[in-house]
Amino acid sequence: MSITFNVNGKSVTTDAPAEMPLLWVLRDVLDLKGTKFGCGGGYCGACTVHVNGVTARSCQRPVGRVAGMDVTTIEGLSGDGSHPLQVAWKDLDVPQCGYCQAGQIMSAAALLKRNTKPSDEDIDVAMNGNLCRCATYLRVRQAIHTAAGQMAVQAGQTKSGSQE
Amino acid sequence: MTTPTKPVSRREFLRATSIVGGGLLVASYIDFASTTSAFAAEPWTASPEFVPNAFIRMTPDGIVTIVAKNPEIGQGIKTMLPMIIADELDVEWKNVRVEQAKLDDRFEEQWAGGSMATPINWTPMRRVGAAARAMLVTAAAQTWGVSEAECTTVAGAVRHTATGRELRYTQLLEKAATVTPPALDKVTLKDAKDFRVIGTRVPSVDNAAIVTGKPLYGIDVSVPGMLYATYVKCPVFAGKVASANVDQLKGEPGIRHAFVVDGGTDLTGLLGGVAIVGDSWWATQNARKKLQVTWNEGATASQSTASFAQQADALSTRAPQRVMRNDGDADAAMKSAAKVLSQTYYYPFLAHATLEPMNTTASFTNGRLEIWSPTQTPKSGREEVAKTLGIPESDITIHITRSGGGFGRRLMNDFMIEAAWIAKQTGTPVKLLWTREDDMQHDFYRPAGWHFLSAGLDTSGKPVAFKNHFVTFGEKGDKGDHAVRAADIGQLEFPGRFVQNFSLGSSLIMPFGIPTGWLRAPGSNGIAFASQSFIDELAVLAGKDPVQFRLELLANVQPGATFNRERADFNADRMRGVLELVAEKSDWAKRSKSLPKGTGMGVAFYFSHSGYFAEVIQATVAKEGRVAVDKVWVAGDVGAHIINPSNAENQVQGSVIDGISEALAQEITFEKGRVVQANFNTMPLVRMRQAPPAIEVHWRVTDYPVTGIGEPALPPAPPALCNAIYAATGKRIRSLPISKHDLSWSS
Repeated sequence: MSITFNVNGKSVTTDAPAEMPLLWVLRDVLDLKGTKFGCGGGYCGACTVHVNGVTARSCQRPVGRVAGMDVTTIEGLSGDGSHPLQVAWKDLDVPQCGYCQAGQIMSAAALLKRNTKPSDEDIDVAMNGNLCRCATYLRVRQAIHTAAGQMAVQAGQTKSGSQE
Repeated sequence: MTTPTKPVSRREFLRATSIVGGGLLVASYIDFASTTSAFAAEPWTASPEFVPNAFIRMTPDGIVTIVAKNPEIGQGIKTMLPMIIADELDVEWKNVRVEQAKLDDRFEEQWAGGSMATPINWTPMRRVGAAARAMLVTAAAQTWGVSEAECTTVAGAVRHTATGRELRYTQLLEKAATVTPPALDKVTLKDAKDFRVIGTRVPSVDNAAIVTGKPLYGIDVSVPGMLYATYVKCPVFAGKVASANVDQLKGEPGIRHAFVVDGGTDLTGLLGGVAIVGDSWWATQNARKKLQVTWNEGATASQSTASFAQQADALSTRAPQRVMRNDGDADAAMKSAAKVLSQTYYYPFLAHATLEPMNTTASFTNGRLEIWSPTQTPKSGREEVAKTLGIPESDITIHITRSGGGFGRRLMNDFMIEAAWIAKQTGTPVKLLWTREDDMQHDFYRPAGWHFLSAGLDTSGKPVAFKNHFVTFGEKGDKGDHAVRAADIGQLEFPGRFVQNFSLGSSLIMPFGIPTGWLRAPGSNGIAFASQSFIDELAVLAGKDPVQFRLELLANVQPGATFNRERADFNADRMRGVLELVAEKSDWAKRSKSLPKGTGMGVAFYFSHSGYFAEVIQATVAKEGRVAVDKVWVAGDVGAHIINPSNAENQVQGSVIDGISEALAQEITFEKGRVVQANFNTMPLVRMRQAPPAIEVHWRVTDYPVTGIGEPALPPAPPALCNAIYAATGKRIRSLPISKHDLSWSS
């Protein structure tokens, strides 16, 4: 029985077994390689995606349980790498090996959606599930603050623009 | 472990060849035959061949393509080596495009390890860029009918100083391609004050691809007709398959092949196991759950961490089997010393746990093998694959993918050999991917080590005797017993040559049978903990400030002690420099008055990979015993230039947290010859919440040759943390990990 769900705004239908983890459907069936496999146990967060706007460990989520839902992966965060988090990540040169960073950015994006001005403590809580073996944590933290600041500026511009 | 490094002596030649399309190609011959590194005795040592080698391609659209020859594992080399070429070529970085080289014999040296890329490549890469620039200058000078000496370059153009005339490089490409190239060792290099790329903060060239999820890593490789493979090895190292239900597995959904691999006994090669190949990796994992296998486990099945500890204790009661260094008479001096201290330090086995598990994609067609692999040593991988599969190296192509972390794990190519074997057996392209559990339980582990230490102080508190009996692991070799890979200690280990009566010896636990390997700052990452913690104890015994005690020790160079400057041997002046700098930046002298109970500052320094690092950590131990690192100050001396300050700072901060992470809770243990830990729940890495809020990185720029940054900032972190815990609680950590100690306190 096929399963239909949305990935990055597009409807996809797969014949993959319902119990196959979303991670492997994304990577090996839909050829979206940005979401990474790190541990297969939900410990490292490298496979973090959004399901209906909320972070999910795609290695722990059978594809059958996202039927009809909206899945967003790193490829869908912005079309062109222009999300303030992606810009901050590039400008601050956050990555070392870079393998965990898609998961880090997806967790950070979910945080900024619900908290536009996170404190260090907020960031610690939201990002604690994402391991970085290279330990780029200081720059991850800094980049989230930078992106939050940038988003606030953009929001302010949009607001003042709409008043004119 | 100190890693003496001979200055790279090399003969270099340069040849330019015109290529189609008006491009300029600079090829160089580089001989690294006499290069020595910490790993010189290992199989990837260069062969003394002279082979041509292309780095630069300039096209009329103004784009400068620079080839990055070394594997990128997160150390920043794919950005850094091209930066050096671009600076000497005098082009703007925004016009540079970087291409990852595949394994190509013309490049001679293509590996990532030992923080060696900078010392090996600094001068050759500068010359490659400078030679191309010289040819462009000649082309312009010929066009104008003036001498080259009258011309300068600036950002992609040649300028005639007297007349102000200018020609863009893009206008000179065809003519430059006809210019006779200068000898590489004769080209004029820039004055350092004219560097425009070197010394600037250049973000990684792959950042855009990383943050948008583009395929970059070995695990992302996909080739037409590719199947997926799981390879199940015996949990006891080098155990063999006695029987397995492979016929049943072949009937599982999505499974195309299942077969037994006999394998050999070499722990770095192909070991016995069961290969399961199918339409998806998920299918192979499901089939794996049905696998029933009987193993011939072999002798290693009797090994355990507890047994190793008992053997170490027994060895400690005897004289060392091998003597590395014996200055003066340590035993006699110990007897006459005013104060004596003896302690045992222990550090456990560790896994590398790169976040990208081991994997390789291989395709065997018409006798030719094509491999895509996240490896640190593609060349030795090719040698091992050729040997194991019985095909010539010339029939093997290796594509070097970006690696999701290396840390020394990918110096070994066991996973590449497995993938190649399975691809050849099945006749179809396969992607072999290990699970996290496979990765953690089939690593090449940082060896555990025991340091049985004694020291004697005179009445002034000065160390006059120092003994270290180091117990490690051994194996039989052609020339007798020797320490296993990454388990030895060097005779130049500090404080040798700084204490009048000094002895360093070692003993070997044998037989062993566990694969060991180099983990970031190998040797040093454990030895620094033992020596810099014990030295801290001696400072307390002497009643001296830990920084002052170390400064006095550094000033205590023994008469007649020799230091080989040619081999980048320990330089006490450079170490004093970083120690004084970190003390100043951390306000060390004022610390005791300002810190609350439960908070302390600790200091440590270490020399490794030609780099000098001193670090101060401030840590707070909560009443219930939880350790939090409040802040870290780092002072480093890696020579005359910080090539890419953005990456250098990132590497240092990462190294410090890596060291803290290892010290806090990491440990690999063995029972019945198997690894107990399997995933990040039982082998915990530091997470965001435990990362220090701030790590200050300060550079002491000196006139010495520029050296690498991927490793030397790590070793001081574990002892600095343990010394901080002592300052905070009065509890001395003499065995790692820290998590095994009860650090709770009451006021």
